[in-house]
Amino acid sequence: MREFFAVLLGCILTGNFVLARFLGICPFLGVSKKVNTAVGMSVAVIFVMALATAVCYPLNVLLERKGLEFLQTVVFILVIAALVQFVETVLKKYMKPLYNSLGIYLPLITTNCAVLGVVLINVQEHYNFAVSMASSLGAGVGFLAAMVIFAGVRGRIEHSDIPDFFKGLPSTLIAASLVSLSFMGFGGVIDNLFGV
Amino acid sequence: MADTKTKLLPELTKGFIQENPVLRLVLGTCPTLAISTTLTGAVGMGVAATIVLIITNALISALRKVIPDKVRIPCYITIIASMVTVVQYLVKAYLPDIDKALGIYLPLITVNCIILGRADGYANRHTVAASVFDGVGMGIGFTAALSAMAILREVLGSGSIGGLAIPGISANPILIFILPPGGFFVYGLVMAVCNKLAVRKGKPAAALDCANCPGCGETGCPENDRQGGSVC
Repeated sequence: MREFFAVLLGCILTGNFVLARFLGICPFLGVSKKVNTAVGMSVAVIFVMALATAVCYPLNVLLERKGLEFLQTVVFILVIAALVQFVETVLKKYMKPLYNSLGIYLPLITTNCAVLGVVLINVQEHYNFAVSMASSLGAGVGFLAAMVIFAGVRGRIEHSDIPDFFKGLPSTLIAASLVSLSFMGFGGVIDNLFGV
Repeated sequence: MADTKTKLLPELTKGFIQENPVLRLVLGTCPTLAISTTLTGAVGMGVAATIVLIITNALISALRKVIPDKVRIPCYITIIASMVTVVQYLVKAYLPDIDKALGIYLPLITVNCIILGRADGYANRHTVAASVFDGVGMGIGFTAALSAMAILREVLGSGSIGGLAIPGISANPILIFILPPGGFFVYGLVMAVCNKLAVRKGKPAAALDCANCPGCGETGCPENDRQGGSVC
């Protein structure tokens, strides 16, 4: 139980996927102009991350038992691509309102490296099933936190007077650097709380 | 023959500066930020991605008339993931130090936007030869941009270059440059300089562009009301 919460909090704060591990930078820079879209994208990511971990964990056990570890990357990315397609179809058919709000973000998730990243990290760290779920939930919630905070920061940049050649992406990246710096303030929190 | 040669050469050179994947097309930002802490890691990453890019570009271009349009993205992903696995195991076997430096980012070349972006944006419309040249050019452009950032970050952040300590600054380096905030900061500065140079030459500043992004080709961009523009 202790490890569960240590990994969960670790993935949100100290090991934030976007700000400390540089996973999922494309949607972080691209879909963070408005808070609404940032939340929509992040909820879709949390959903797919949790599902992908739940499906990939037993598959990986099977691969390891058969000595087919070299197929990991191929199997995982295909599972993620299939899951995204499956979730899109199911939502479209049975949950129309949810599809209308999340549907447009789903195709972007297949190529989001945070999703494949969390599955690969779980395998590399030899987490058990519960801790794997904690790590994927933490990764998703950390992604949400980073996106929402950054959407707020970006709203301010849009209206400020900055040198011409810093307009657009350069200023966005420098702002991301400052947000990332603030997350470094959490360093050591997890160690002190859980003594791991 | 001479005619095709004159056409192929620009395909090779455009990836260096005009369409540099990292600084002009804004693709592959994740490895750029994560792996640019040491020059050795950056070159390793660049070469690994270049090899994958050349092979997948050639394969996808050769298969472009066989792969049905509707399932092309899963097909590309399968081809790319297989190639990445081959490269990953080769690196693991022969260059264990590089493998350790790249860590999880080596298998993550699979979802590197440069590779899927070039597959969907270039290789599926061009001949094998042109695609190989495009792959070489883009790969070198990626490696060059990554190395430039790595040199800045390694010299400032750990006072060394390629692992060799630089006398005078290695005692008190500015540690923040090799930490995550330094990555964003250096990338922002380098891009600002590139924008300045590009605007002076009459070219537009770098921006996230849907035309290069494989993710939202069919549905359009969430942020621009499904019209396409600047997302992902």
